[in-house]
Amino acid sequence: MTPRLLVTASPHLGSADSTPRIMWTVVGSLVPIIAAATWFFGVSALLVIAAATAGAVVTERVFGRHGVLADGSAAITGLLLGLTLPAGLPLWMAFVGGAFGIGCGKLVFGGLGQNVFNPALLGRAFVQAAFPAAMTTWPVHGGSWWQLKGDNLAWPLTSPRAAEFVTGASPLGKMKFEHADTSLWSLVIGSTEGSLGETAGLLILLCGGYLALRNYLNWRIPVSIFATVGVLAAALHQLDPARYPGALFMLFSGGLMLGAMYMATDLVTSPVTNLGCWAFGAGIGVLVVVIRIWGGLVEGVMYAILLMNALVPYLNAWTQPRVMGTRAVERAS
Amino acid sequence: MGVRPGRNGHGRFRHGVHPPELKELTAKTPIRRAPFPDEVVLPLRQHTGKPARAIVAPGARVERGDTVAEADGFVSSPVHASATGIVEAIELWPHPDGSWAPAVRIAVERYSVQAARPRLVPEWESLSPAELIEAIRQAGVVGLGGAAFPTHVKLSPPKDARIDTVLINGCECEPYLTTDHRTMVEYPERVHLGLRIMMRVLGVTRGVIGVETNKPDAIEALRATKPTDIDVTVQPLEVKYPQGAEKMLIASVLGREVPSGKLPLHVGVVVQNVASAATIAEVFETGLPLVERIVTVTGRGVRQPANLIVPVGTKVRDLVAACGGFTDDAREIVFGGPMMGVAQANLDTPLVKGTSGIVVLSEDEVRGQRSYPCIRCGHCLDACPVFLNPQHLGQLALKGRYEEMEAMHLADCMLCGCCGYTCPSNIPLPQLFALAKTALRQRPAVKA
Repeated sequence: MTPRLLVTASPHLGSADSTPRIMWTVVGSLVPIIAAATWFFGVSALLVIAAATAGAVVTERVFGRHGVLADGSAAITGLLLGLTLPAGLPLWMAFVGGAFGIGCGKLVFGGLGQNVFNPALLGRAFVQAAFPAAMTTWPVHGGSWWQLKGDNLAWPLTSPRAAEFVTGASPLGKMKFEHADTSLWSLVIGSTEGSLGETAGLLILLCGGYLALRNYLNWRIPVSIFATVGVLAAALHQLDPARYPGALFMLFSGGLMLGAMYMATDLVTSPVTNLGCWAFGAGIGVLVVVIRIWGGLVEGVMYAILLMNALVPYLNAWTQPRVMGTRAVERAS
Repeated sequence: MGVRPGRNGHGRFRHGVHPPELKELTAKTPIRRAPFPDEVVLPLRQHTGKPARAIVAPGARVERGDTVAEADGFVSSPVHASATGIVEAIELWPHPDGSWAPAVRIAVERYSVQAARPRLVPEWESLSPAELIEAIRQAGVVGLGGAAFPTHVKLSPPKDARIDTVLINGCECEPYLTTDHRTMVEYPERVHLGLRIMMRVLGVTRGVIGVETNKPDAIEALRATKPTDIDVTVQPLEVKYPQGAEKMLIASVLGREVPSGKLPLHVGVVVQNVASAATIAEVFETGLPLVERIVTVTGRGVRQPANLIVPVGTKVRDLVAACGGFTDDAREIVFGGPMMGVAQANLDTPLVKGTSGIVVLSEDEVRGQRSYPCIRCGHCLDACPVFLNPQHLGQLALKGRYEEMEAMHLADCMLCGCCGYTCPSNIPLPQLFALAKTALRQRPAVKA
């Protein structure tokens, strides 16, 4: 029997990893984090994450190329964006954030692989700029699981009724404005006020670590961020313990864990060279500490990553590997 | 068993990939002789360099070992009849590289014993280096690892080159192939004799045979037969693709880095494949030129994978028939290994001197056709053994910016396929780079 012959270029074998497989594995690794957020914040968490994801996926489906949803990247953007939002956020705002992240953060650049900035963070930056009050209203824990933690069902363009709900400040806000401490244990476990996915530091570390083991994220980026933030925070804490918080507080508070493990490591918007990844992480670490301690904002992870995203092409060009058998390192244009 | 890669003698190179080895199909299968086919086809270009010039006419009777085409120039190699028979035609025929190229077609004589014409076998020890090189040249010996560079050219380095080591490549890092493996296990004395002759030709005192540690029986066989009067070592090497690439092998074994755009002889090394070494030994043992080679016919697409001794010029059709035929899910026929080999479109394509394996891949192991956009994961940078940036090169290639690729050392790319193997978006990077190289080569002609 003569087979129907296939004639393709070498290599004729491929590794088992594929882009959709990487993306859907990332989605899978987010499931425990979403479950934790739902445990802490009740049904509101699910609703907000679903709204952000719907915004991202619908935008990709409507304006993206045919069949792009299958690669899973829009779902990641939506889920990650949802995890950076407070539980009480009106759902329409979450939806707008997801739509903006995909539309203006990714599709205008040409879709998957072409964007400069992390789409989820761009979506969050938009929501924060557009709805600053709603974005800094952190519901406290407690109440029944079914009870909404805020004005989730507010109609678009109506002002949220935040005053009717029990809210509190996030640990970073407490540190900055009230000089109040939060116990490290509740930071690690996640039983504090804050965005949905920002609170369970240990769980995020485990889920991201799994991706690093699969080589689906470059472990050098989070390690570099943690080392830089840890060293800087510890040094400042030594100088003036009353004014500057310790290294562990800095590492486990706010969005640092989620940002370091999931946002900064976005394959598309991080450097391709390993040396570039070290520098990228260090830059984020420095910016986070600077913004948190001396900046006007409570939290700096988002802007730190977005700023470093803009530098990625330069980092890539500056850290080209030395080609075997050549002397000087030559820069890519 | 003492076959770990050496720590300080390196035994390792940086980067590279770990494809599945898939060698178990034929690793323990002894080499056997395949039956002579009814017809052999001998392309005039079976080596790197200028094609040979045919010196027989249709209708002529040739005996096994007779010269049918002469070398045309120094970087060229003669072609010999691989079976006794009648020359049918000299015509264009499907070539393993995918083109149609001139070839001598011989109808093999039925019921012939296929004995070689009695020939004077020179005692190699009585010959001078120049005479040894000439004997090797006349026997049509070329590198049997795949690139088929004429061996006599490699053995004639420029006068000012200071060669100190002959390195025998027994890595066979391509998945599936076991040609070199079985040669080392079954003919270790020939490998050593070939190495000894080459060391004599080059006036070199050190010989090293590099073997990946997944072939412990080959390492054992080579060590058991190692000569004691000359300095020959058998160096176990890490199992990693492309350990058998010349530059990687030199880095692993000697810790030397071949300069960009230069040859191994610039760092004092001549590299030869084990099968080439064994063939040189055979030339002086039997007097028969290179008319047959050992080839692995394997893959999940053939029913009885085997290591065969076959006449050069045997068609794929006959080779697969000698191995029980195709399975129902056979899909792609590759000459060489699956990482660098060339897929064939025609079952009449003949095996040439440089064909180290014929791999028939099944439907479910061929690579998918669908590509995704580059997600800049950087896996290709971690895979590239010469430390190029395949990610950036690939983006430039897609835009046709070939000049910029040249500035990024595209010339150092050896098309090993590591980047394409590891790419999760299934971007055909090696194909893009091959295209860019071709475009750059043809550039002056286009401009003129």
